[in-house]
Amino acid sequence: MVAKAGTRLESALRAKGDLKLVAYMMAGHPTAKRSIDVGKRLAASGIAALEIGIPHSDPLADGPVIQRAGKVALEHGMTVSGALDVAKAVAAEGVPVVLMTYINPVLSYDPRKFSAEAAQAGVAGVIVPDLPIEEAEPVTGWLRSAALDTVFMVAPTTPPDRISTICSHSSGFVYCVTVTGITGARKELPEGIPALLKEVKSRTSLPVAAGFGISRQEHLKALKGNADAAVVGSAIVDEIERGGDGVSLVRELLKACR
Amino acid sequence: MSRMTLTHPVDGRFGAFGGQYVPETLMSALQELEDMWHEAKADPQFQLELAGHRRAFIGRPTPLYAATRLSEHFGGTHIHFKREDLCHTGAHKLNNAVGQALLALRMGKKRIIAETGAGQHGVAAATVCARFGLDCTVYMGTEDMHRQSMNVRRMKLLGAQVVEVKSGSKTLKDATTEAIRDWVTNVRTTHYIIGSVVGPHPYPEMVRDLQRVIGDEAREQYLSLDGKLPDVVVACIGGGSNAIGIFTAFLDDREVGLVGVEAAGKGIRTGEHAASLVGGRPGVLHGSYSYVLQNGDGQILPTHSISAGLDYPGVGPEHSFLRDIERVEYVAVTDKDALAAFKLCTRLEGIMPALEPAHAIHHAGVIAKELGPGGSILVCLSGRGDKDMDSVDGG
Repeated sequence: MVAKAGTRLESALRAKGDLKLVAYMMAGHPTAKRSIDVGKRLAASGIAALEIGIPHSDPLADGPVIQRAGKVALEHGMTVSGALDVAKAVAAEGVPVVLMTYINPVLSYDPRKFSAEAAQAGVAGVIVPDLPIEEAEPVTGWLRSAALDTVFMVAPTTPPDRISTICSHSSGFVYCVTVTGITGARKELPEGIPALLKEVKSRTSLPVAAGFGISRQEHLKALKGNADAAVVGSAIVDEIERGGDGVSLVRELLKACR
Repeated sequence: MSRMTLTHPVDGRFGAFGGQYVPETLMSALQELEDMWHEAKADPQFQLELAGHRRAFIGRPTPLYAATRLSEHFGGTHIHFKREDLCHTGAHKLNNAVGQALLALRMGKKRIIAETGAGQHGVAAATVCARFGLDCTVYMGTEDMHRQSMNVRRMKLLGAQVVEVKSGSKTLKDATTEAIRDWVTNVRTTHYIIGSVVGPHPYPEMVRDLQRVIGDEAREQYLSLDGKLPDVVVACIGGGSNAIGIFTAFLDDREVGLVGVEAAGKGIRTGEHAASLVGGRPGVLHGSYSYVLQNGDGQILPTHSISAGLDYPGVGPEHSFLRDIERVEYVAVTDKDALAAFKLCTRLEGIMPALEPAHAIHHAGVIAKELGPGGSILVCLSGRGDKDMDSVDGG
């Protein structure tokens, strides 16, 4: 049955022996044209899904690398509408695209219009890091009606009962934040990660992706078997900032996923 | 509108405004804070301790002062100041910082972080940390560190680490964003003392509860002085803590007009201002839904005010609610007018107000001319002006 197969994101991220890799890039970083180009190359690099950030002036959950990328994108004129264009061009390559942005640009654009246009652009799901489940319904209602997944986050500080509630609100996958903190590559991941992932996995049938701080092969080796997927963000954005496209980093990291 | 509706947010909201728009990492800390605050508020021992610190450390109750020469200058309306400038450390900010420090001790959190614009809240946080033996880190924008350098020196002397914030407009907004990032990272050991009635629930309610002592005292003082209430109560608004502090006691006195004064900077039409309620529209900034200065795409706009304490693109959600139900009137006063009021008050009363309440003093003059002799106005003089010497000399 179609319903049992789950959404596009769900099937793309479910681990089948290997660990899936999700890459992150910022729309409009450093320019709209260049970010489409980078997105297309990342789409073909072997990743399971691509997160595309919509820049915001005050990104509360982001570290310096993604903050800088957002600032550059905004300075170069990136908008919500422009980011939807970037997403459309990249999604056409066939990779599932997940938009990641903060709540205010979505509210300002109008959640109904945002949901409809994201669906039209071929986007698979949306993550809003400053939208906890309690505040989500006015937005998720529209996302659901546009057949888009809403991915919620679980943090190391989330109590067990709340993990279950978050998982039941989430669709596509559950995003497990691996560090108590903001985005940005770390040398080492905290020790309690396998236990946290196990806890989350025991409370949902959705795939679970680990994110924040992940940038190295040894991180991925530690996550393999515990998570379905790993999200690599700042390390890729850092490469894009230096003029690269992150593809060689992705290929390098994929070796540790198999 | 009943008192219950006004003073108790339902599900963390004042009408449509407020809420908790923060990363999941902070949600359990906000729940803990809310539980702890309600428990502490109901605990006679906590209230007794707080009252003791208010009396002996802050210097409360602060006086109600008849500004007779200013009254005469503005045409005879009786103008009174609630003298929050006489609080220890020179502003109303300590009312909140003392209460939250006691709460941090109750939660067993030994590290305090704070954001600051004018430096008054940073100094208040550094002061309570020295007093109670807590570790203190204050986030402050580069721009504000320059224009409020005396307060930076005070914070350092008090033992606080002052972290310079170089992002964005390098003012209060960016300092707050950076403080939230610190809190997301260190939430297990750290309590974030927000300095105004902004941020996610329960902050707007908790800071209001701690600042309402201003209006509770003033209302009683005014009644025992005059036997009646003032016609109008006026206060300046950045995030809005001194205003909520003085307004709360008068919300049910329908005959008392309440006026909040925002910073019009170089003029609302120039776009260089910080008047979120007058010139903004609802949106989310720093964890709550309220009036925000933002562009058409939901990006937060840079602000301008001569006064660092008002230089903020957001405002407390309760003010947004009070605006929409039309219980409080919100206006904006320019840099130029505030500066003139600063000088006028200094010369006529021998009281040097901070540039923030100087906005309120200017508008009290405008209202006084409408009311004429026999009218009465209560102004919240939220802080003293020593910190603004450099800005004023330059102006």
